[in-house]
Amino acid sequence: MADASTGPDAVVTGPMIRAWIEKSAGVLAENRAYLTELDSPIGDADHGNNMERGYKAVLEKLPAGDDIGAMLKSVAMTLISKVGGAAGPLYGTLFLDGSKPLQGKTSLTGEELAQFFDDAIAGVKKRGRSDVGMKTMLDALVPAAEAFRSETGKGSDMPASLRAAAAAARQGMEATVPMQAQRGRASYLGERSIGHQDPGATSSYLILQALSDAVEEAAK
Amino acid sequence: MKKLINNAEDVTVEQLKGFGLAYSDIDVHFDPNFVSVAGGAKDRVAIVSGGGSGHEPLHGGYVGMGMLDAACPGQVFTSPTPDQMLEAGKAVNGGKGILQIVKNYTGDVLNFQMAADMLREEGIEVRNVIIDDDVALKDSLYTAGRRGLGTTVIAEKVCGAAAVEGYDLDRLAALCKKVNINGKSMGMALTSCTTPQNGTPSFELGEDEMEIGIGIHGEPGTTRSKIKSADEVTEILAGRILEDEAYTRRLSEWDPEKGDWVDVEVMDITLQKGDEVIAIVNGMGGTPLSELYTVYAKLAEVAERHGVKIVRNLVGNYITSLEMAGVSITLVKTDEEMLRLFDAPVKTPALRWGV
Repeated sequence: MADASTGPDAVVTGPMIRAWIEKSAGVLAENRAYLTELDSPIGDADHGNNMERGYKAVLEKLPAGDDIGAMLKSVAMTLISKVGGAAGPLYGTLFLDGSKPLQGKTSLTGEELAQFFDDAIAGVKKRGRSDVGMKTMLDALVPAAEAFRSETGKGSDMPASLRAAAAAARQGMEATVPMQAQRGRASYLGERSIGHQDPGATSSYLILQALSDAVEEAAK
Repeated sequence: MKKLINNAEDVTVEQLKGFGLAYSDIDVHFDPNFVSVAGGAKDRVAIVSGGGSGHEPLHGGYVGMGMLDAACPGQVFTSPTPDQMLEAGKAVNGGKGILQIVKNYTGDVLNFQMAADMLREEGIEVRNVIIDDDVALKDSLYTAGRRGLGTTVIAEKVCGAAAVEGYDLDRLAALCKKVNINGKSMGMALTSCTTPQNGTPSFELGEDEMEIGIGIHGEPGTTRSKIKSADEVTEILAGRILEDEAYTRRLSEWDPEKGDWVDVEVMDITLQKGDEVIAIVNGMGGTPLSELYTVYAKLAEVAERHGVKIVRNLVGNYITSLEMAGVSITLVKTDEEMLRLFDAPVKTPALRWGV
């Protein structure tokens, strides 16, 4: 496994994607109360509960095998039917649109993973009629995708590129604090939404950090 | 929290069970949850709506002859998921397509869009029409836009009758959009409300305070003040509706030619002297009917002063917010077509006439 994820031919394998999904479920469960607390002043205090419930169901329904497209599509369909609210369709669209070109693939090159991020983000932007700066999950996702492409372009290995992506997601998440929400229920608060970190950007960061951790551990 | 519940996690399913037992001509389905008219639509467009639970009788109470063919309830104040609308749509599809009537809340809009995409993959034509009639919100550019309130009930009634008359899908969607741009609503709360799963009030409101411009999911309103008399409250709500200027926003709709969702600019009407309207004085759930009549008395006077004629009215609990005390007012400018369809027979748990 170690050889495959280093150097210019860096790849992410099916087992790494499975580990990512399992790690995501764990980290979202650990952060359930935190996400719900973030969602209380500007949302409806259910984001942590919804994401935990959604990813728990994801693990139950995850297909066996190394088909990355099939695994990510299964994540999409389960989140769509189990999460509800706005997060369900947005995370569902992210994994659904991102996984379309990946059906049947058991490993991904850096370029294919970059394309996954791009397709996923395009789907979320379109579904949510949203973009960076509106205090949403895109504020974590977009900088992460850009950092990933830039790192792989420099020839960094997969763990380093994903570390950069997670770090950019974290910065993007923190940058939502001073923003005024322009989408979703938080937007009705107007200026009162300023000063709170966006729960959707936070869960997006946690999921990207889980990807970085999963690949890093596999590469060891 | 004082509620007639058993376990907070079970409320939606238990309430649906009781609903199904109470109305034998309505089928209740579980996992995914939806209610549908027995037999579905036959050789006509089917109409499906839905949203979070906690707004009863909306939407399940409007399932039946001459109104909705199916309704998809989410958890309390949480939008339903697309698998519910997919199964509901397949169950009631009469071969002429499905109109989904969607209140403008981000979760509802997104989940119904995904459902439309899935139904289309099953070979069923779908149009989504968004209802956004809450005049409490001015801004459409930097917010998720105006929310859906009482105009939803009128849209479901009028479109339900039109489907029975045999309107095709495009004509029905156009009619639904017409109802939306002619409808304006605004609500207020005397008390907050508590969802069973959270257990504490959605917002705090002092004993002597009221909140104007509230949403139906426990969203706080636009202004808070010391409580005022029924007449003063009615003047505020009706005044805002009657004087609301034309509101322009971009709403997402399916473009069958492009085969994609597109944003379409929509402008609603302003109410003018001489207009005829259908009026709703709607209780938020915890206000007695008697107080709603007090509000209606003042509303009739305010409308007359503005030269607007109330030609039909509904006074009662139609779109509620759990046990919240308060009221919302809806005025929908009507024409011959809308009035004929409004008057057409309807037989649902919550609206019933002409049968």
